[in-house]
Amino acid sequence: MKAIDIGTAPGRPLGGIRTKQALLRKMVSFILRLLNTAGLLLLILIFAMPFVWMLSTSLKTLPETMIFPPEWIPHHPVWSNYIDAWQTGPFLHYLTNSVIISVSILILQMLTIIPASYAFARYKFIGSGFLFGVVMVTLMIPNQLIFLPVYLELSAFKLLNTHLGLILPFASSAFGIFLLRQAFRQISDELLEAARLDQAAEWKIIVRIMVPMVKPVLVTFALFSFIAHWNDYFWPLVMTTNEVARTLPIGIAKIREVEGVGTWNILMAGNVILVAPILVAFFLSQRHIIKAFVYNGVK
Amino acid sequence: MAQILLKSISKKFKDETVIEDLNLEIKDGSFTVLVGPSGCGKSTTLRMVAGLEKQSSGEIWIDDVCVNDTPPGLRDVAMVFQNYALYPTMTVRGNIEFGLKNRGVSKSERGKLVKDISEIVGLAPYLDKKPQSLSGGQRQRVALARAMVKQPKVFILDEPLSNLDAKLRNQMRTELIQLHKRLGTTFVYVTHDQVEAMSMGDEIVVMNMGAIQQADSPMKLYQDPANLFTAQFIGTPAMNIMNMQEVQGLDIRSDRPVGYVGFRPEQGLMNPAQQVEGLELKGEILTRESLGAENIYQIRSQAGVFFVKTFLKPLESADHVNITIPYNELFYFGTDGERLYGAGIHARHLAAGGVLI
Repeated sequence: MKAIDIGTAPGRPLGGIRTKQALLRKMVSFILRLLNTAGLLLLILIFAMPFVWMLSTSLKTLPETMIFPPEWIPHHPVWSNYIDAWQTGPFLHYLTNSVIISVSILILQMLTIIPASYAFARYKFIGSGFLFGVVMVTLMIPNQLIFLPVYLELSAFKLLNTHLGLILPFASSAFGIFLLRQAFRQISDELLEAARLDQAAEWKIIVRIMVPMVKPVLVTFALFSFIAHWNDYFWPLVMTTNEVARTLPIGIAKIREVEGVGTWNILMAGNVILVAPILVAFFLSQRHIIKAFVYNGVK
Repeated sequence: MAQILLKSISKKFKDETVIEDLNLEIKDGSFTVLVGPSGCGKSTTLRMVAGLEKQSSGEIWIDDVCVNDTPPGLRDVAMVFQNYALYPTMTVRGNIEFGLKNRGVSKSERGKLVKDISEIVGLAPYLDKKPQSLSGGQRQRVALARAMVKQPKVFILDEPLSNLDAKLRNQMRTELIQLHKRLGTTFVYVTHDQVEAMSMGDEIVVMNMGAIQQADSPMKLYQDPANLFTAQFIGTPAMNIMNMQEVQGLDIRSDRPVGYVGFRPEQGLMNPAQQVEGLELKGEILTRESLGAENIYQIRSQAGVFFVKTFLKPLESADHVNITIPYNELFYFGTDGERLYGAGIHARHLAAGGVLI
């Protein structure tokens, strides 16, 4: 700012200095922008590389996967790797299981977390603070800690090796309740009062007004939940002893048993099959996710 | 069309009493304005009428029905909120017909009602837009349309104009007055702005500290304030109030001790050409505000600082002026702030001056 002051002061022919200063500032801002862009590119590289690596490897021949330094683009893409991967096991069965389980979990979670978070956000009932505390505490318990009692419980109900056994433990989500409660709390009271004066029943207020308003948050949570359960390896592995209810991640892991340890190309082809639906889901909901993070309601 | 009756209403929030023993009759078809400083309980009163807040004790009657236990949706009242409270995920049409849908009005009838209303408030081209893409004034109209379309017995408006800019506010003010004329429905309007209250209401309820100070027509309120609070709340600038002990040259007869004397700024005559019988104050002009047709002076005298308003006169340039307030334009208040109606100037003053009250 000082440079401009000197330059524009009357009676001082310092135009030359002014241009120089301006040039310098322009260069500094250009370099900063350059660094910023370079940093972002680096980040993209770090995050994208494993995916590109996976894709590239999935199209190589086995010897090609061992070449050092590695080649990024295979000379002759071997599409049959995908067929090989698909044929190592009952993949259609795994895929169906994965879809049934992930989607059922998603639907159940929506049915439970919406009313729960709405109640926590909007009503003051006896023990509401305590109950919400209990919900929050469950967030801090890792699955690995509770799988044994849950296993015994499912076993007692004869639910091992069934879809229900993989769905029911995730029927609700503490994280979802927390996230949605915060979103519901941001909505102004007057909106609800207006709806009450419009003679809307409570369920109608939730369905027609509240849920549409938190849609970005809801979609974001749905995606997180879908990815988590689609990719989940630990839980289906522990809760199944046969193929009846096994899901894709377990099928992919089994490629190693079937094809041998070093068949990276087949393994990566399996991984692409696993990841593809998630990418599709992400592209479909991207718009809402970005909204959820810049969400501030309507003024 | 409805009359509203509040019978010894009180409202407590936890231990704090916001409103105590409030009695009020809102006449059928009136434009009643509740006015007072923020925190005086006017919004709470309004919200209790709407059913959004439950009174701690007392009864609320709309027409011949006690609505104490009637939920807000069934009281046949419609409300316009300060921030409009439009449903952001619905279109303008969706906002307007939401209440109708909940009442089970048929689709064809809804369409007709929405069309009529949107033409009245000038929203027809915007029916399929979302509220976010509308201007403040248009949002205000949507909020009004949403209330009107239900054809309620009572309209409740909670500071509906306070989010608009000055020009739009004036425009909407006129529109609301016309709307009230056209509908003939009871309007209950809350504002903290006394100018708004005076210009719109045909009945004004001045509130302070959870109690009604005075409920009257605008002119009655202005010319005949019941107490110090009303006198100082209504009018721009407000009534000048002086402590009786600091005023000299007044010989008052009154059965009760006079605590304060007041006069309206426009009743103070500056350097009067002829002799006027009245209270004379000498003072120094502190500030001059020229608003075109009228000038407002802030003057310091021995009795304190006060305002004088003159109309269609050149701006006074002298520093020191004489102000005369005719005796019959003086208001007397007791030490507790209540108006002393019986008080007046002692007869010999009047006899000497020959002025009749």
